[in-house]
Amino acid sequence: MNDALEVTGLVKAFGSTRALDGLDLHVRTGEVHGFLGPNGAGKTTTIRVLLGLLHADSGQVKVLGGDPWKDAVALHHRLAYVPGDVNLWPNLSGGEAIDLLGDLRGGLDKARRQELMERFQLDPAKRCRTYSKGNRQKVALVAAFASDVELFILDEPTSGLDPLMEAAFQQTVREVSGRGATVLLSSHIFSEVEALCSRVSIIRDGRTVESGTLAELRHLTRTAVAVEAAEPITGLDGLPGVHDLVAEGMRASFDVDSAELPGVLRHLAAFEVHVLTSHPPTLEKLFMRHYGNGVPVSEVSR
Amino acid sequence: MSAYAGTGRLIRLAARRDRIQLPIWILASAAVMGAGVAAVADEFPTEAGRVSALQAAGGSPAVLLMRGTPVGTDLGALVNFRNFSSMLVVVGLMSTFAMVRHTRQNEETGRAELIGSGVVGRHAALTAALTVTIAANLLLGALVTATLLGSGLAVDGSLAFGAACAVTGMAFTGIAAIAAQLFQGARATNAFAATAVGVAFMVRGVGDALGERAADGIQVNSAWLSWLSPLGWGAQVRPYGDERWWVLALPVALLVVCVGAAFALVDRRDLGAGLLPDRPGPAIASRSLLSPLGLAWRLNRGATYGWVIGSAVSGLAIGSLGAAVNDAMAGNEGASELLGQLAGTGGPDLVDVFFAAMMNIFGVLAASFAVQILLRLRAEESGGQAEAVLATAVGRAKWLASHLTCAVGGAAAMLVLTGAGAGLADAAAGGDTGVVTLAGAGLAQLPAALAMAGFVVLVFGGLPRLSVTLAWAGLALAITFGLLGDVIGLPQSVRDLSPFSHVPAIPAVAATAGPIVGLLAVAAVLTAAGAVLFRRRDLAL
Repeated sequence: MNDALEVTGLVKAFGSTRALDGLDLHVRTGEVHGFLGPNGAGKTTTIRVLLGLLHADSGQVKVLGGDPWKDAVALHHRLAYVPGDVNLWPNLSGGEAIDLLGDLRGGLDKARRQELMERFQLDPAKRCRTYSKGNRQKVALVAAFASDVELFILDEPTSGLDPLMEAAFQQTVREVSGRGATVLLSSHIFSEVEALCSRVSIIRDGRTVESGTLAELRHLTRTAVAVEAAEPITGLDGLPGVHDLVAEGMRASFDVDSAELPGVLRHLAAFEVHVLTSHPPTLEKLFMRHYGNGVPVSEVSR
Repeated sequence: MSAYAGTGRLIRLAARRDRIQLPIWILASAAVMGAGVAAVADEFPTEAGRVSALQAAGGSPAVLLMRGTPVGTDLGALVNFRNFSSMLVVVGLMSTFAMVRHTRQNEETGRAELIGSGVVGRHAALTAALTVTIAANLLLGALVTATLLGSGLAVDGSLAFGAACAVTGMAFTGIAAIAAQLFQGARATNAFAATAVGVAFMVRGVGDALGERAADGIQVNSAWLSWLSPLGWGAQVRPYGDERWWVLALPVALLVVCVGAAFALVDRRDLGAGLLPDRPGPAIASRSLLSPLGLAWRLNRGATYGWVIGSAVSGLAIGSLGAAVNDAMAGNEGASELLGQLAGTGGPDLVDVFFAAMMNIFGVLAASFAVQILLRLRAEESGGQAEAVLATAVGRAKWLASHLTCAVGGAAAMLVLTGAGAGLADAAAGGDTGVVTLAGAGLAQLPAALAMAGFVVLVFGGLPRLSVTLAWAGLALAITFGLLGDVIGLPQSVRDLSPFSHVPAIPAVAATAGPIVGLLAVAAVLTAAGAVLFRRRDLAL
């Protein structure tokens, strides 16, 4: 089966600024794909190229097998988009905006609309100008998820939602994913991406720096370990892959490269360990590893 | 004084945001006055020439309606007659837009919320907007006075001219200050305040058109109606005539009253709220909304109703003047000649010439309407709504066409109804010009409006970020070249650049296909070029 989104070497410049500088993004049909990157990394620009709102300067872009610029209208029948900044018409009601956006896309499922409206606790009779950011996002989410489409492109769709609505959102994504739809989810909420996404791409300065399944990515990073033994723990500082070691007599805590974990565990076996806790690398750590200390792109992209 | 805390900073912010826009308004006004004096001096070097021109003009209600009343026969008086009424409109619009920009627009966009959370008093924003706008009025008045003095005109008259410009701007500053408290949207506020300028112009115009000629055969004393209009007050200062300085107090008094009321309203309402609470809307969209055209109509219908009704009512007012034209002109051959020149024809029937000149004005209004409607495209694009719509299965051409349909349909309805209204009122007053004839005369203006519309589509497609400025500047130039070209003495080749120069003067002359087909072709080419450019470019968010 073809990938739902195939982006290779995408370049997009605005004047002298290269917003996208050879970006790659491959999203398989049917998966929920996390799209991560700090502010200004080029996520929204990428999404607008995918929607044919911006024209790529160079690189290959295929959306559902078509060219997003030339085949925009035909492709838009098959996809739904939730923008990061939901701007609605101030004098339309939320219900009108949902019906309008759904209808312009090719129609929406009335029962599904009702169900989602209740799930997201949205009052459709209010004028859009009176909605908060979260409520405007709900309008866009209901309009998108009430459409029976193959691909959902969601640009930070939950940044204004409360935790209850976040749960409703995750449930909804699982539902559409369950019926085979593909989802591209740009997000800053790591727990959300970890809960929903089978694969993720991390971009920085307009380039992809990591891409793969969460398990694959975890393998590339470090596990946090804390141990307590009956005797002073020594020799850890000489082991390969051990970082940020804090050893205080019978306690030690450190991070270890996942690939070196077996060697470290063998070393620890020589001590009489009482307590050992380890935290698998979180997406957040993974993300921070790329962005936390201003590491240049060249060092992290192998 | 904590209600005014932070005013100084907000004044600096507003001045910084307007550092290009307001100087353009002010410098352009002074430049137009400089050119206006030069043109009058060039065309009418002798007193005798000015007397005959003013005698002719003073007998024509159409001319009085557009230009106000003559106040004397010297050079300055003729400058007043030719330029004063349009200059007062310019300061009115400048003040209106500046006030809305720094009050309601900030609230609507949420900037005011951000600012209000700082150490900023409740009255600071309005005070800052008033300060900047009034300062702009004073600067404009001073610069216009300096220009007139530099052109060698009388001191008293030049001072009165500049002062009247400044205080007229202040009157509309006050009106806009109140409007900004009543309406929730900047768009609605601008529309209301600009309508106030238009109504003030019509009221002043009708009052002047119905004015009584003084014994000298030159001066005209306006009817009482003119005194109901802030633009009329400015005119009644009569610079270069018998300067009536006390009249300057009227607009200032209006400003004081309006500012008092605006502050009272600020104290009583919530940030961002208007006077009327939001009523709930329908939970489910009606069928008619669910198409690009349905959406475009929904977004534009308020403005369309306003323009069409306003224009049709003006048409009724103009039509009712037709009979008066005949009476006033009986036995005045100079007037018929001058009116003929104004309308671009030497046709003998004065009423027809009058109606032709008026329909030309309504053509300009229809073009302004089309520009406003089409700039909604840009507002939707920069506001992000276009992104949502174009991410659905709506193509760019279809989206563009839906707004274009609203602009063209609205302009056509406006012109036909205005012409028909004029015809009905004329018939009611005993005239015989005919409803169908005048409706047709109105419709004959449509191609010029469409050419302007084509220009807007072109700049929207080609230079989206500059399109708002370019569209209004293009309209201003088209009006200047086409309608005021004679006033400021432009050569014919420049006047021909304006679409308004090419519309046949129906009903004074028979309709000719040539110019209409030509204008339609220009409109089609510009629109098509703009559409192609738009389809090829990035969305400019």
